[in-house]
Amino acid sequence: MSSVPISWYLMLAALLFAIGTVGALTRRNGISIFLSIELMLNAANLTLVAFSRQMGDRTGQLIVFFVMAVAAAEAAVGLALFIAVFRARRTIDINRLNLMRG
Amino acid sequence: MLELLWLIPILPLAGAAVNGLLGRRFPKALVTAVGVGAPLLSLLVALGCLWEFAKGSFPGDAYNLVLYAWTAGDLSIPVAFLLDHLSAVMLFIVTFVGFLIHVYSAGYMAHEERYSRYFAYLNLFMSAMLLLVLGNNYLVMFVGWEGVGLCSYLLIGFYYDQRFPPYAGKKAFIVNRIGDFAFLVGMFALFANFGTLNYADLFSRISEQPGLVTGPTVMGLPLASFVALCFFVGAMGKSAQIPLYVWLPDAMAGPTPVSALIHAATMVTAGVYMVVRSNVIYQLAPGVSQFVAVIGAATAIFAATIAIAQTDIKKVLAYSTVSQLGYMFLAAGLGAYSAALFHVLTHAFFKALLFLASGSVIHAMGGEQDMTKMGGLKKKLPSTFWTYLIGTIAIAGIPPLAGFFSKDEILHAAAGNGQWVLWAVGLITAGLTAFYMFRSVFLSFFGSFRGTHEQEHHLHESPPSMTIPLWILAAGSVVAGWIGLPKVIAETNQFHRWLEPVLFHPAGREAIEHEMGTGMEWALILIAVAVAVAGILLARSMYGGDSGLANGRTWAERFPVLHRVLVNKYYVDEIYDALIVKPLAGLSRFFWKGVDTFIIDGTIHAGAYATELTGEFGRLSTTGNVRTYALYFFLGVILLGCWIAFG
Repeated sequence: MSSVPISWYLMLAALLFAIGTVGALTRRNGISIFLSIELMLNAANLTLVAFSRQMGDRTGQLIVFFVMAVAAAEAAVGLALFIAVFRARRTIDINRLNLMRG
Repeated sequence: MLELLWLIPILPLAGAAVNGLLGRRFPKALVTAVGVGAPLLSLLVALGCLWEFAKGSFPGDAYNLVLYAWTAGDLSIPVAFLLDHLSAVMLFIVTFVGFLIHVYSAGYMAHEERYSRYFAYLNLFMSAMLLLVLGNNYLVMFVGWEGVGLCSYLLIGFYYDQRFPPYAGKKAFIVNRIGDFAFLVGMFALFANFGTLNYADLFSRISEQPGLVTGPTVMGLPLASFVALCFFVGAMGKSAQIPLYVWLPDAMAGPTPVSALIHAATMVTAGVYMVVRSNVIYQLAPGVSQFVAVIGAATAIFAATIAIAQTDIKKVLAYSTVSQLGYMFLAAGLGAYSAALFHVLTHAFFKALLFLASGSVIHAMGGEQDMTKMGGLKKKLPSTFWTYLIGTIAIAGIPPLAGFFSKDEILHAAAGNGQWVLWAVGLITAGLTAFYMFRSVFLSFFGSFRGTHEQEHHLHESPPSMTIPLWILAAGSVVAGWIGLPKVIAETNQFHRWLEPVLFHPAGREAIEHEMGTGMEWALILIAVAVAVAGILLARSMYGGDSGLANGRTWAERFPVLHRVLVNKYYVDEIYDALIVKPLAGLSRFFWKGVDTFIIDGTIHAGAYATELTGEFGRLSTTGNVRTYALYFFLGVILLGCWIAFG
């Protein structure tokens, strides 16, 4: 079985991370930002899995489960927050949520 | 009885406290009872003490009453009272004249809204003045000295809702501070050298060893001269001598009884009392004594010439007071301390009388003080007229009234010391005094009424509470001089002999006084009386009759420059304003605007502004937008990455 070289995984992960970053920085919809952050997390996960396999060490794959669990929790809390914000402000446009401006 | 001496200053103090704290809720009669009762009790105690003192029922020449010693470390200042032949005279003047003026005030101030406050101040003054004369050391004297200054300030500015009185009060206080400062310096010099301020200790040590004060020098002057000079500058302030006399004429802004009590009869003589009290030191500082005499004579004639041109009846009396105080210092400077104190005594009677009588006139005229608007008051105010006339004759120096004897004593001292210039100045001043005082009599009481119809309708003689003190003081103005008949008439001068125990005679000093022949003395007396009579006749020829005012104007037009200079009091206030007040105000403004506002406030404001500016820039970064923070985070990660990769 010819294996896929690790650099491909890494490039894909970097690409995903970049897309996620750009999305998180440019999107105005709160849920889109959320999705972008998930993308970044999963880019990191991919990197972890790739290295784990390359090095024959399962710890990396173990960490991925933690990350996924945390991401799930984060999604639950984050979505709840957005629902609360939407009820109060009738919008989840991040540009209009600037009450904390100095 | 003598052990009750402490009650004399305490009683008026208690009166002041009661009226000052509770007086506003008291009915007027109770305020009067407290305000006049306290000085009355004080007078009675004082008379009792004086009686005991005259009997001499105690050892030594003076009675000391130590209340307690104020101690701080090694320093111990006894708070003690002293009754000797000098303070006895002052005690009598202050309590007796003071009491009469309190009685008069009850009538004069009857319609005053701040009646209780007035009596509180007046009682407080009495208390401070009694402390001043009764203290047995300079520090107690100084406490009283400052106390009377405070009361003077409070009472000059009594009508604080008008424009001028508060200003006059401040002026009096500030000018007095200048003198007080010198007085303090003098006390420091004495204390530094002797470690005590007790009269008895100081004077006995100095008179036993004059070298103690003539030997050491302070700032190039012998100690005696330095202290004498400092004390005299203090006296200049309190007793209104050139160049610090300017506050006294303005002090007339206060109620008239106040002018009588504080600014004529008692407080302003404190300086004379101090110089006489310190006669031991002055005797050992002949140069300063001569200076005192010259300043006194200069003040006497200077103020007398100003008085000639004034039309405000109180201003005339104020300048006359300055002039008479000049006489007292002339005498004190010549070493004729008993003559100086004698003049204090007689002056207290006739000047208090004149002020109170002028107050009665002002009362009747509804507050009018301008003599050009009076005239013909003789018939409407008979008591006031006669008493004012008696006071005027007394001050003019016509025998046998009081002023003649004391003034003659002073002129005699000048002539006896061979100081003929000072004698001539004194003599001319006597003539001027007679002239301007009779001018005021003719302008106010003779001729026809020149005020408004309303004022004429309102004219009335004052109530008995005002006229009775007038008559008592008038009697005093007649007889007070008889206790010091000159040697040519009586065998010995009783007043002089009375004061003898407190006067000091350094070796060789008596020799200066030439023994004059009886004929010479009579000649001098006749000259003095003739000059006074000439002044009176001149006043009568100029101001007697209806055309008096017009006559005065004619003379003023004949010498326009002189008249303008005199009316404007030699422009002294303007000169002080230009030379001292304006530069001082300019300097203060510089420190205010330049140093305080610009430099000090500016530094602090600059710091605050810099902080604010930093904050303004800083707040731009916190937009409140999550994406901005995310961007910062991202940039931070990149920087961190760069640092790890390339750092």
